[in-house]
Amino acid sequence: MSDVSLRGLAIAYEGRTVVEGLDVEVAEGEWLSLIGPNGAGKTSVLRAIANLVPFQGDVRVGGRAVTGLGARALARQVALLVQEPEMPARMTVAHYVLLGRSAHLGYLGREGPGDRRIVGETLELLALDGLAGRTLDRLSGGERQRVAIARALAQQASVLLIDEPTSSLDVGRQQAVLELIDQLRGDQRLTVVSAMHDLTLAGQYADRLALMVGGRLVAVGTPAEILTESAIAEIYRARVRVVEMNGSGHAVVPVRK
Amino acid sequence: MAEVTAPARRLAIITGLPSLPWLWAAAGVVTLVASCAIAVLTGPVHIAPATVFGALFGATVDPGQANILWSLRFPRVVLGLLVGGMLAIAGAAYQGVFRNPLADPYLLGAAAGANLGATLAIAFAPGTSVIGVNVVPLAAFAGAGAAVAGAYMLGQTVTGARSTIGLILAGVAIAAFFNAIQIYIQQAQTGSIRQVYSWILGRLTTAGWDGVLLVLPYVLLSVGVIFLHRRLLDALTLGDDEVSNLGISVRRVRLIVVVAATLGTAAVVAVGGTIAFVGLIIPHTIRLLAGRSYRVVIPLSLLFGAGFLVLADTAARTMLAPAEVPIGVITAFVGAPFFIAVMRSTRVSAL
Repeated sequence: MSDVSLRGLAIAYEGRTVVEGLDVEVAEGEWLSLIGPNGAGKTSVLRAIANLVPFQGDVRVGGRAVTGLGARALARQVALLVQEPEMPARMTVAHYVLLGRSAHLGYLGREGPGDRRIVGETLELLALDGLAGRTLDRLSGGERQRVAIARALAQQASVLLIDEPTSSLDVGRQQAVLELIDQLRGDQRLTVVSAMHDLTLAGQYADRLALMVGGRLVAVGTPAEILTESAIAEIYRARVRVVEMNGSGHAVVPVRK
Repeated sequence: MAEVTAPARRLAIITGLPSLPWLWAAAGVVTLVASCAIAVLTGPVHIAPATVFGALFGATVDPGQANILWSLRFPRVVLGLLVGGMLAIAGAAYQGVFRNPLADPYLLGAAAGANLGATLAIAFAPGTSVIGVNVVPLAAFAGAGAAVAGAYMLGQTVTGARSTIGLILAGVAIAAFFNAIQIYIQQAQTGSIRQVYSWILGRLTTAGWDGVLLVLPYVLLSVGVIFLHRRLLDALTLGDDEVSNLGISVRRVRLIVVVAATLGTAAVVAVGGTIAFVGLIIPHTIRLLAGRSYRVVIPLSLLFGAGFLVLADTAARTMLAPAEVPIGVITAFVGAPFFIAVMRSTRVSAL
């Protein structure tokens, strides 16, 4: 278990500032979701936590600066699920999940029986054992997302970073994937930081939301605190109704002007 | 994170994990042995299989025939094995690190670079050696390295790291440029023109055991390094962020594998001359038939590449006997149509 701490985070690509002065703490076992309009810098924040982008400020995972950890040590702490994972067409599901073990192997190391056992268990945990020998190009959208999650789990990191986990899925599969992540968070004691577009789903699954606009953090709080009609109107320039549903969070419903 | 818990019965075999298909490996060994047998038994002087066995295992055989075997046919076959295996495995390695199905030592300009380096060394520093090593193969390596690095950087700046066509166009441009310089030097330095020609056309014919000894250390080192990177080459098929998040440095893998593949390529170009397309035909055929994991492609490329080149060389010296067809002609004749087929199909499936 680990916590994530961002202090004074600033990220610039080729001189253009995309994230500025961002401070946020994520507790162990918590699910924090970054929300905000396109270009708010959500993906850049995730990439900074995985130390994939140069940044200024202090990013810590489990109390240790990510820039101070070696690449493999960091990979054992933080697993990143990118928005559109590269899935080599002819690679099998089992082989793809096995790649998640790289973080636990030396540069020229080879997987041992322990690694293969973990792959088998991960596949079973996600009900993918029947698909182990199938190639990635023959999976449905929901299966692909599950396989990507399996690869991240095989990495056995305590922090899971997820960029738009539901972007290309239908509503049923969106729910299934988020339920799965939430369940794994509980079972495996994961800390989850996600970037999400869908405000309703973000509010339903995350413990707290961090609202970003133009690279700056505007507000952090519980979904009830963040998802207000006035805030969404101002930030997204959208007219919405926020409906409180008995005990199952809030729904953000667009209203036609 | 706590251990993923699941019943112990799952310790059984998981399907879909990458492994070398033993049937194909056996087929590779059979092909290799058969190619060698055909090559050794083929030639203007008829030599019986029994004589070959006798010569190999120290029995007394006709000294004339033994001489033909030991000084002509055996070294040529061994050299063919080294050159073919090396070119095929280097092609597979380049395709892996550049994530480009059309990468091939020849198309990346490695051969042109090696030729230019060697020509410069022969023309301006004949007979020189650096710490006991002949300067010509070293210059060839430097030239090959410069060509591959140039093609990669040019391809990346023009069309991005993952463009298939950009890298190849850059390789072709670099090769043309290096060829132009090389031909200019060759024509200007008439004193060394014969030596340069013999270098460029390859010396599988005359290299003998000296040639084997020249390339062997480089090939062993290069093949060894590439073999050790099989798992990492598979990992590189993922996106850059994903590979980095697995704790793997893409740059480090790319640098080490490219240096190793280029070193081996330069060495075999030194004795084999410009032999195109082996690095393309062999790995792609293996991908189509046996599997795409580099744990399959790398070892099988070595076996089938070696066998293929020995057969091609046998064809080269018998088709127009007593004249010899340059072996590059044979491989290009088979390889060019294959290249077009690969180019057409990569629109459907990338590496």
